[in-house]
Amino acid sequence: METLTDEKIKELKIIANDIRKSIIEMLCEAGSGHTAGSLGMADIFTLLYFHILKHDPKNPLWINRDRLVLSNGHICPVLYATMAHAGYFPKEELKTLRKFGSRLQGHPHREFMPWVETSSGPLGEGLSQAVGMAITEKIYGGYKTIYALLSDGEHDEGNTWEAIMLAGKEKLSNLIVIVDRNNIQIDGNTERVMPLGDLKDKYKEFGWFAQEVDGHNFWEINNAIYKAKNNKGVPSVIIAHTIPGKGIKEWENDYRWHGKAPNKEEAKMALEELNKLHA
Amino acid sequence: MLNQNLKLNTKIFNDDPEKISTRQGFGEGLLKAGGDDENIVVLCADLTESTKANMFAEKFPERFIQVGVAEQNLASVASGMAAMGKIPFITSYAMFNPGRNWEQIRTTICYNNQSVKIIGSHSGLSVGPDGGSHQMLEDIALTRVLPNMVVISPCDAIEAKKATIICAKTKDPTYIRLARNNTPIITTAETPFEIGKAQIIFVPEVGLAHVGIIATGPILYKAIMAGRELEKKGIKVKVMNLSTIKPLDKNAVIVLAKETKNIVTVEDHQIAGGMGSAVAECLGEFYPTKIEFVGIKNQFGQSGTPDELEKHYEIDISNIIEKVQKVLKRKI
Repeated sequence: METLTDEKIKELKIIANDIRKSIIEMLCEAGSGHTAGSLGMADIFTLLYFHILKHDPKNPLWINRDRLVLSNGHICPVLYATMAHAGYFPKEELKTLRKFGSRLQGHPHREFMPWVETSSGPLGEGLSQAVGMAITEKIYGGYKTIYALLSDGEHDEGNTWEAIMLAGKEKLSNLIVIVDRNNIQIDGNTERVMPLGDLKDKYKEFGWFAQEVDGHNFWEINNAIYKAKNNKGVPSVIIAHTIPGKGIKEWENDYRWHGKAPNKEEAKMALEELNKLHA
Repeated sequence: MLNQNLKLNTKIFNDDPEKISTRQGFGEGLLKAGGDDENIVVLCADLTESTKANMFAEKFPERFIQVGVAEQNLASVASGMAAMGKIPFITSYAMFNPGRNWEQIRTTICYNNQSVKIIGSHSGLSVGPDGGSHQMLEDIALTRVLPNMVVISPCDAIEAKKATIICAKTKDPTYIRLARNNTPIITTAETPFEIGKAQIIFVPEVGLAHVGIIATGPILYKAIMAGRELEKKGIKVKVMNLSTIKPLDKNAVIVLAKETKNIVTVEDHQIAGGMGSAVAECLGEFYPTKIEFVGIKNQFGQSGTPDELEKHYEIDISNIIEKVQKVLKRKI
């Protein structure tokens, strides 16, 4: 894993901004989908796909690739956009999101797009699948790192905690979880819907190495992943504080953008705002 | 009489035939499969001995994962292991696996089309004294409705062992339905077994059969006993072992219906959605036939000995005989 230079960070910021533009364009074209979480996770996806992951977009099923499991599949616009920008498939295909026959299903489905590691959407199951991958690597002596991306809201699911317990018990040091701590879920603020409290402390109680970062600070996230990879003997979680709707001031932190797509006018406004950033 | 071609257990008509549980057959099959293929891994949710996964766990501890009482995690962790090329067997009671974790099985195993083998022990009324909360009567319905899933309900320990060994070599998500109690050994090591193939176990001494009885699971024994009683009454029957419920051996079911024009299905499961329903769906579409169902009639079970419960819920030998007589009397 390379260290992050200022120049690299600058480059990543431009890519993340381009990915955000793609997210808005594809959601507007689809007419439905999840905007806030997709925009909020754009920086983390950019860092992972353009700096962290061992992967090969030209050979997507390369056997020794790291595995990235997206548990909260509803933010797949950011996954698809990042994959397209990384070279997995043409960017034009992003316009097929949620359309009949598209590889880009409304929630990821491996049968349509075999380059996603898991089909996902129903919450609370992704960490278990990542734990299964990490256990397999441990039993059979592999060297891959397993990344799992979770939402904060899906910590309401008992299944998530079952997986947290098992990862702690099995001491899966090849497992790195990034929690999108954006404090919103469909019905509103996470602390009002179902208080999650201090997730970092909770993970620690289950035997994890837990860190907190600003989910839009490339240097901080990179540093946390570096520490996680060098922390032997226990699984790692990075609680990433993100801003839902990040990049579009009017939408930031507004839970109403969780599950809706911008119309043409809104998309135009948003794209203009993003175009100003790295013009 | 027994179908001579299948090399069945000729001592089945003894007063006290040899009895072994299907879960025991599974445990032995798993041990064999695990020795043959190091990609086989086994996960259990705190019921290692009850599900007979203990034999594998003792021999291959490095490939055994104890997940605790957490069946949703059991299923989805296995999906992740299958995604890495392994063949996981997940074991618990049928009530919890596939009962508790049905959506995880749907999404992470079937929708992902991962080769996970779901083992549900202690199915049916035969669990007895544990009572209705533990008597899984809905698992065939829950699993056969899922795309990509194969559903097998072995009739005895030997067939359970074969099903386990063979399904370990397939890519399909598979459910194997097991029972707790020791039940009669019907087949032998030489009896052929193929996933998706039904077998006619019992045939008339001479001539064509008047009624086709189709049974699944250890209750097949009762169907055979009913067949023998009916023969004494002059009613000729064929008894089919439908151990693979999905994919259904449609051809075999239709051939039996064409010969007999009368079908009785027998299962230790709810009538709604069970094996009989699968047979009815097939015949309704391809060869409409009179059918009577022996199974649980929209009820939960309760505590009691298996014998008491089978009488009370009317899935005993006498009930099979009554249904055969009833279907023969029906005009349509």
